Amino acid sequence: MQQIFNFVLKNSNRLLFLLLLVLSLSLTIQSHSYHKSKIISSANFFTGGIYEKINNVNEYFGLRKQNEELALENARLKSLLFNLKDTTKAPEIDTIKGVKKTDIIVSKVIHNSYSIYENFLTLNNGSASGIKPKMGVINSAGIVGIVDKTSKNYATVISILNIESKINAKIKKSNHFGSLVWNAKNTGFAQLIDVPRLAGVRKGDTIVTGGESIIFPENIGIGTIDKVYIDNVTHYYTLDIKLFNDMTNLGHVYVIKNKDAEEISNLENQNKKDE
Amino acid sequence: MNSALLGNSARFILLLAAQVLIFNQIDLFGFINPFPYILFIILYPVNGNKTGLLITSFFLGLLMDMFWNSGGVHAAACLILAYYRPAIFKFSFGLSYEYQTVKLNDVLTPERFSFILIAVVLHHFILFVLEVFKLSFLWEILVRTVLSTLFTIITCIIIIYIIKPSKR
Repeated sequence: MQQIFNFVLKNSNRLLFLLLLVLSLSLTIQSHSYHKSKIISSANFFTGGIYEKINNVNEYFGLRKQNEELALENARLKSLLFNLKDTTKAPEIDTIKGVKKTDIIVSKVIHNSYSIYENFLTLNNGSASGIKPKMGVINSAGIVGIVDKTSKNYATVISILNIESKINAKIKKSNHFGSLVWNAKNTGFAQLIDVPRLAGVRKGDTIVTGGESIIFPENIGIGTIDKVYIDNVTHYYTLDIKLFNDMTNLGHVYVIKNKDAEEISNLENQNKKDE
Repeated sequence: MNSALLGNSARFILLLAAQVLIFNQIDLFGFINPFPYILFIILYPVNGNKTGLLITSFFLGLLMDMFWNSGGVHAAACLILAYYRPAIFKFSFGLSYEYQTVKLNDVLTPERFSFILIAVVLHHFILFVLEVFKLSFLWEILVRTVLSTLFTIITCIIIIYIIKPSKR
């Protein structure tokens, strides 16, 4: 017993080091697995509050650009409204339930990282405004990411510039599906992988979100094809996508709340259990 | 003793604040960020309490992780740097460093520079390896380590010269 005590006392620093190292490494490993929730995140009142303060100052420098973007979006929406010819293009209303399938929550990016491999955004709205994990986030130009974690007043978003992020997307013209990923090389470009060779792809074609996911509604803009090459291993197409969004400069965003999301995912989980 | 404690806590808070408010906003060329907050570990008194250093550097890193959403990456890197600090001291200043009065925030000598260089490289390499966590990105890890080290060292030396009270 005495010897154990002596050992612990003599090596107290080393034991402390090992203990803290294991703790930090386990936090690191946990943060690299996509589905596990994070303990250490900027969606808490302390870090979120500080980021909001910083953003309150920084916001003034981008007001002109924000206004221009809003005016552009208004113009685009107006033109849609005035040129509405066929009623089939009107927003889908579920005739049985009588309500719209999606709801939109306006929020603001108060912290944005794009210099590392797993990038996150912090929003200044959280569960109090109805934001829940796994909701899609878009802005006027296109998609931004998926909500990862929420606290009462803040939420973190997995940016599309995150090597763990994988989003269902399709080529607008031909409806061929692929997965949108990021290879961490350039903040202006993402990659669409696993596109079948049958698909006719051409430089400049538009990529939009696919209908398979319950997170994003269909046909939200992502970017245009910039480069086409063939994966040596899978022999599928890999496409470089020039993003519509400037991910390094984000202001106001819209969080998409799909009212059926919970029902669908519950149903799918049940299927998995039955197998 | 009390003034040392006060100095350490002031350094902790000021460096973390400077890191979050100023240096995290820099993002040079989209991927280079200086991390001068590790000056806290570098400037910690040579004969200071080692257990205290381990614990405070761990929490310093953990707070950085909260701001960066990076899990425990900074915590691990800071902890390893804090643990191997005596070894780097020994390498840079010779065996008897503990008996000399090594003062880091003073005029830059080759010994001091080599100490800061090794400490920063060690911290950044661990940081980027853990952050990327994929060996297929080894080349990017090295590029980032070298470039970020360069900028961290420049900012560190500037900060040392700014906060150094020129009493003589």
